[in-house]
Amino acid sequence: MKAVRIIPCLDVSGGRVVKGVKFQNLRDAGDPVELADLYRRQGADELVLLDVSATPEEREHGLETLAEVREVLSIPMTVGGGIRTVEDARRLLEVGADKVAMNTAAYDRPSLLTDVATSFGRQCCVAAVDAAQSDDGWEVVVRSGTEFTGTPVTDWVQQVEEAGAGEILLTSFDRDGTREGYDLDLMEAVTSRTDIPVIASGGADGPQHFLEAIEAGADAVLAASIFHEREYSVEAVKAYLADHDIPVRQEVEP
Amino acid sequence: MSPSTGIVQTNVANTASVTAALRRAGADPHFVEDPDEIDELDRVVVPGVGSFEAGMEALAALGVIDPLIDRIEGGRPTLLVCLGMQLLGSSSDESPGVEGLAIIEQHVGRFPEGVRTPQFGWNIVEPIEEMNHLETGYAYFANSFRFYEPPAGWRCAIAKHGGPFVAAMEREDVLACQFHPELSGSFGQSVIDRWIEGIDR
Repeated sequence: MKAVRIIPCLDVSGGRVVKGVKFQNLRDAGDPVELADLYRRQGADELVLLDVSATPEEREHGLETLAEVREVLSIPMTVGGGIRTVEDARRLLEVGADKVAMNTAAYDRPSLLTDVATSFGRQCCVAAVDAAQSDDGWEVVVRSGTEFTGTPVTDWVQQVEEAGAGEILLTSFDRDGTREGYDLDLMEAVTSRTDIPVIASGGADGPQHFLEAIEAGADAVLAASIFHEREYSVEAVKAYLADHDIPVRQEVEP
Repeated sequence: MSPSTGIVQTNVANTASVTAALRRAGADPHFVEDPDEIDELDRVVVPGVGSFEAGMEALAALGVIDPLIDRIEGGRPTLLVCLGMQLLGSSSDESPGVEGLAIIEQHVGRFPEGVRTPQFGWNIVEPIEEMNHLETGYAYFANSFRFYEPPAGWRCAIAKHGGPFVAAMEREDVLACQFHPELSGSFGQSVIDRWIEGIDR
């Protein structure tokens, strides 16, 4: 029986974990190595590390942080933020990423996904898709939530699968950091149009939201704020899911 | 002198996590550059992601195909991960016409229609008889192809994804894992620790 994955997300800038609301007003949320190790011990199935640096100086820290996290982390790690070329992806994989997530650069040039999948395997090619509600569905948002493209999300997810993505990290722009729960209609609309795994992201406030996202078709569920604020541990979320007959990996990590 | 550990690099992806896991187990691995090392090293690791064809091409380019076959046939400490395990087969659905190491006379097949492929995530691994390196536990997989029949002469563990498939197998000090022990938390780390410690000796 395959287990549903629970994935804490670390937004990292200048060597620190930060968190904002709707991609804005970032504030400090801790040390990336400490948090990564804490979440691993709580039973996290995977970790996502997004470099949200605004300046080249902050980005310099990115590779160091990644290498330090890799030393302690015995679970898969997806790394995203600022990947524009196959060489960018290669550097991150060499330093410690298991998968790389691409967003704006893949939107500008979908062949980036093809090139990464061809060079390193489809299993490490993740398409990060930010979706905002539009008049008749959802549109793709790029450049850290600053550019609304008008492209329907339901079309774009099919394109990323065809281009070579092995997984989709689907973030609801409207729900990010709001703690109103995942956008379930969005999740259903996307999972019905693609065969590759979809990770739900944006809006979790409690274990019941994880359950809803899984029931809406998510293969994995990502959250940041509720774990960073120590309101729920990964272990507590999994215990809740297990009580509702969702298969989860519940092993005590030393 | 501490035992030497060499990693046969078939693709950059994943070698950082394999290296980190080996270090946590107390080893000090380096990348194999000279084919003679395959015979000389105390331990050899063949990780691997990417395609069956690219993996065989990488082994050929390093000149390690024949020494690897000798080493594995001799039961010497060798750890093969994911694609590394599949390369033991004679051929694969992934790269028709490409010959594998053919230590296992079996074709590596794609998961059946109707199950999510690639298989991404944690699945239960169960030994079908007592194994030296692992017991039942959750392990992390990222694969589209697999051996579906336990090969004769190997102790095997299975997992289920569209029916049972071979999740791990061992013969003497050779251990092959379809899952990623380097990414399978404390369960995976214990598999690597046990292989490093050589619990049989």
